[in-house]
Amino acid sequence: MKILGKLTILLCGVLLMVFAMEFPNWGDPESPASTHLSPYFIQHTMEDTAVPNIVTSVLADYRGYDTMFETTVILTAGLACFLLLRIERKKIPHRYYRHEPTGVTLRMEGEKYPKNSAVFQRMDANWVPYDFVISRTCRLIIPFIQIFALYVVAHGHHSPGGGFQGGVIMGASVILFAISHNLRTSIKNFSEKTAALFSVTGVFIYAGTGALCLLFGEVFLNYSALAPILGGDRVMARSHGILVVEIGVAVAVTAVMIWIYYNLSSAGKQDEGL
Amino acid sequence: MIWQVELIILILIIICAFAAIKVRDLLSAALLLGAYSFLMCLAWAVMGAVDVAFTEATVGAGVSTVFCVAAVFHTTRRTKD
Repeated sequence: MKILGKLTILLCGVLLMVFAMEFPNWGDPESPASTHLSPYFIQHTMEDTAVPNIVTSVLADYRGYDTMFETTVILTAGLACFLLLRIERKKIPHRYYRHEPTGVTLRMEGEKYPKNSAVFQRMDANWVPYDFVISRTCRLIIPFIQIFALYVVAHGHHSPGGGFQGGVIMGASVILFAISHNLRTSIKNFSEKTAALFSVTGVFIYAGTGALCLLFGEVFLNYSALAPILGGDRVMARSHGILVVEIGVAVAVTAVMIWIYYNLSSAGKQDEGL
Repeated sequence: MIWQVELIILILIIICAFAAIKVRDLLSAALLLGAYSFLMCLAWAVMGAVDVAFTEATVGAGVSTVFCVAAVFHTTRRTKD
């Protein structure tokens, strides 16, 4: 069986190499992509969409369908994690509480948990004392990370970046908070329900923008139809439409990243995490 | 771009990929994949695909490494079945 697997991999590798020979060289001006597609985008992006970053306009405007379904794929990934992991399992048999004034740790069983107590603090089973330096430093950094994420989303028209990258950075800031403090504090601030709602809202913003174009009598995702609402002429409407769509992508990606992390790090229980 | 730098990046990518397959510890494999992603990000940047490099840095080297580590934490040294 092992030999068979190795043979298959070898065969696939050889086939890949043979067909990679047929590919045009990197940066070849004679290749089909460079003779047919790229010149059009390079010459017409500015007059079509008024977006200096060609990649952004190709992603969100010329190939809007592709990006819309990419966002849907990410939503599906979040839902798959949710459906696979988040099943109602047996309750955790015991919990650990720390009596703050004395520092004594108690193991409690049954349902007699001291809820909302001022002196008892819930602890994870694999609790290590939270490092003061790490938690404070993370608290200090997180606002800057989030502002940078917003910048990446908003500045995607002019520089590398856009909805996906900004959304991931935004999600990473919440994940950093969950790692540096604990999962329950993070869930208290950004609950699972919020994550689920936001991830669907993001995809809805994207698809809704496309559907709105249909209402204005244009084809799906042709943002130039939105000129009456967004203001400006039809070219600027495409630029603004790209921004609206990028915001939708960012919201969806942020929420899905956080949602997947919650489910993965706590094995679906969303109680004791990393 | 200086071709020596490209060569070093490429060699490191191949080393990371091989090590991630060969290493017997799952946590090391996850971290090696993170290093691989970061080197890939450098390779994209060298080739001028800045947007792809940015995505690789955030998604590949950042979040997916965290996901892998979070998943590895729920495994045990020996299988239970």
